[in-house]
Amino acid sequence: MATLVEPRLIAADPMRPAPYVVLQNSRETGDTFTLHLAPANDRRVHPFAPGQFDMLYVFGVGEAPISISGDPAKPEILVHTVRAVGGVTRAMQKLSKGHWVGVRGPFGSAWPVEQAQGHDVVIVAGGIGLAPLRPALYHVLLHRGQYGRVVLLYGARTPKDILFARELREWRSRFDLEVEVTVDRAAAEWQGAVGVVTRLIGRSPFDPASAMAFICGPEVMIRFTSMALQDRGVADPNIFISMERNMKCAVGLCGHCQFGPAFVCKDGPVFRYDRTLPFFGLREV
Amino acid sequence: MAATLHSEVVGVAGAMTAGERMVVDQRGLSALFGVLRERGFRVLGPTVRDGAIVYDEIRSVADLPAGWTDQQEGGRYRLTRRDDQALFGYAVGPHSWKRFLHVPLLTLWRARRDPQGVHIEDGGDGATPRQAFIGVRPCELAAIAVQDRVFLGGPHVDPGYKARREASFVVAVNCGQAASTCFCASMKTGPQACSGFDLALTELLTDGRHAFLVEVGSPQGAEVATALPSERAAAEDLAAAAAATRRAEEGMGRTLETEGLKELLYRNCESPRWEEVAGRCLACTNCTMVCPTCFCATVEDVTDLTGSEAERVRRWDSCFSLEFSYVHGGSVRTSVGARYRQWITHKLAAWQDQFGTSGCVGCGRCITWCPAGIDITAEVRAVRDADERRRETRDDREL
Amino acid sequence: MIESFERILADHPFFRDLREPHLAIVTGCVSNVKFGAGEFLFRNGAPADRFYVVRQGRVAVQAFAPAQGAITIETIEEGEVVGWSWLFPPYTAHFDARALTPVRALSLDGACLRAKCEEDPGLGYQLTKRFAQVVVQRLEATRVQLLDLYGDAR
Repeated sequence: MATLVEPRLIAADPMRPAPYVVLQNSRETGDTFTLHLAPANDRRVHPFAPGQFDMLYVFGVGEAPISISGDPAKPEILVHTVRAVGGVTRAMQKLSKGHWVGVRGPFGSAWPVEQAQGHDVVIVAGGIGLAPLRPALYHVLLHRGQYGRVVLLYGARTPKDILFARELREWRSRFDLEVEVTVDRAAAEWQGAVGVVTRLIGRSPFDPASAMAFICGPEVMIRFTSMALQDRGVADPNIFISMERNMKCAVGLCGHCQFGPAFVCKDGPVFRYDRTLPFFGLREV
Repeated sequence: MAATLHSEVVGVAGAMTAGERMVVDQRGLSALFGVLRERGFRVLGPTVRDGAIVYDEIRSVADLPAGWTDQQEGGRYRLTRRDDQALFGYAVGPHSWKRFLHVPLLTLWRARRDPQGVHIEDGGDGATPRQAFIGVRPCELAAIAVQDRVFLGGPHVDPGYKARREASFVVAVNCGQAASTCFCASMKTGPQACSGFDLALTELLTDGRHAFLVEVGSPQGAEVATALPSERAAAEDLAAAAAATRRAEEGMGRTLETEGLKELLYRNCESPRWEEVAGRCLACTNCTMVCPTCFCATVEDVTDLTGSEAERVRRWDSCFSLEFSYVHGGSVRTSVGARYRQWITHKLAAWQDQFGTSGCVGCGRCITWCPAGIDITAEVRAVRDADERRRETRDDREL
Repeated sequence: MIESFERILADHPFFRDLREPHLAIVTGCVSNVKFGAGEFLFRNGAPADRFYVVRQGRVAVQAFAPAQGAITIETIEEGEVVGWSWLFPPYTAHFDARALTPVRALSLDGACLRAKCEEDPGLGYQLTKRFAQVVVQRLEATRVQLLDLYGDAR
């Protein structure tokens, strides 16, 4: 049985990237793609905890913080799912097998998969938010017996934007996992649910008294999802979210990622929701 | 090892020990330069340049700003002549010691790409220089201690800062007067140096005598002090030093009420005051550049035209710039009011949760060097007033 | 065993706490209906005389745009209510409601209930209160959908 690795820094100099090489770059949907990386020069493998992120460096272009989206029990291949929205991520999109990538990390806090043992687990993902949550789901499924009901609620923009569609279908076919997928709008051929992901919460078969929720997606979605969970009776300390802010150093020394008094790179990106109040939802904080 | 990293001090028989005091004259002060250089220190201190007292490499006592003082107000800084030849008769200038410890521009590493792969090597320019700081004000000692906590006290230590810090020698100078923009007394960081120095000087200028009371603050300081020509400190020397400190306390130009300050700022994120400040603030980032504790930096990756060489550079940044809070799609803090709020709330409130101290040492530079003369002490007062008015007129709504 | 409509309605979250004689009036307007996959419950522009409580299956609320064809704006699941135009003028449906799967539902005679609400404002208030809540929830959800949060960056 895989043991959970303590989130900690591997590199001695946190600002120096370690050399990795691209094994595969596969397109997921639209502008989203997944990189499979392996350490160059037979270096040590780099264990991580679900929810953590790396700073990926494209030679001469720059760095971007990307959540690790792979299986924490199989760290030999480092998996990142990326959305091409800026100069660095668009450069990453062009990487292919054999290309060099610099990796710093893993950084940040993790989804509390150990604390969730014995509880129902509700995973709510919006858009590319499914990527940072996938490692948590892998971990929970690998240790399925330690958890109560496990529910995955996923919202995407349209059916074409559903991330990890093949895997979602596989998960859906399991008897020990509830998967509900909804889209914001769809053409008539789509037979699935249409509506915001929060609408799935009211009907979802979990016990609010014992549930722990992990939410990842745009901040507005996180806010409405937390409200819907609270309406269902999920206790505030049992709701965890993942946040995003501008990152440069990723080690809490450059000041960029501050959100209130928290540094998202080291106090987060995973936060207990009630600990982000009153700042969460405040304008321009 | 600089004293500031350790609180325990061990005395050596026959030599000076911490806490011990002596008096040197100008000759002794001159000798200090030589003693420091002999020990391999680059000597940095105050000197007049371009109408301001800045910190730079100085060779001798002659480079010090003898007979100069500074007149400071919101948005105003002028040097004027004193009617004596005091060497340290000013408050603080636009520079702070962070330019030598948390350097403004630093190459973190260089990389080269060739058919074999990518090779990364240190960007450093060799060994860390030993630096002696002459003229460190008590507020500046506090600022260095604040940055020590940031760069040395967390789970990730900044190796460059650590090396530069360990290779530094600190000669503090107590203040004999305060500027109108000073409020170290409110922040409890001055006007007297208590700790964090190797040596602390107090300038004594009385009845034609020009001397310096020297307090030893560390074993390294003791070792240097022993090499200087000196006399025992007499009671009147101690009295004169105490009088100088009192003058500084009484001349303190501003105050900042720190009672409940963190909670005040946290609950006033929506204060109308931020809109008001936004009407004056130019987001020019002067305040963050001159502030001795501001530490925000950015990391830039640059490459040459061939694309085969790259380097990563760290340089000072400021939360006042629009790009500072950029996430894909746009910046989180687009309005100037939100950026000012971020700066002041971080400095006076969040810093306490992050590092256990206030981020402000009361040096007043941000007031002086703001082109619009925005005054941090006045802004806090205004937020407090607005907060009190709001609480008084609030009906039965809960806080 | 035939289930009593009154019991079904009384147990249903939407009609909970509806007391007599209101519950009896509503029960009097209920019937069971079935739709095959692809059948319309109501169409855009038709008089809105009925509303439905979905008991099994999924219903799509759709709009038809000339170049794009039918677009599903939201889906209504088991236990939810479809159709509110019966309660508010001009009593005309503005969207299509189409069964995506075979659907079993309770069908309520909106025209009849409307008349009864005019006679008994108490009943009117009870139903309006419940439908207003549905409209608010759907509006909030629609607003979040409008934000297009997963969409491209500005």
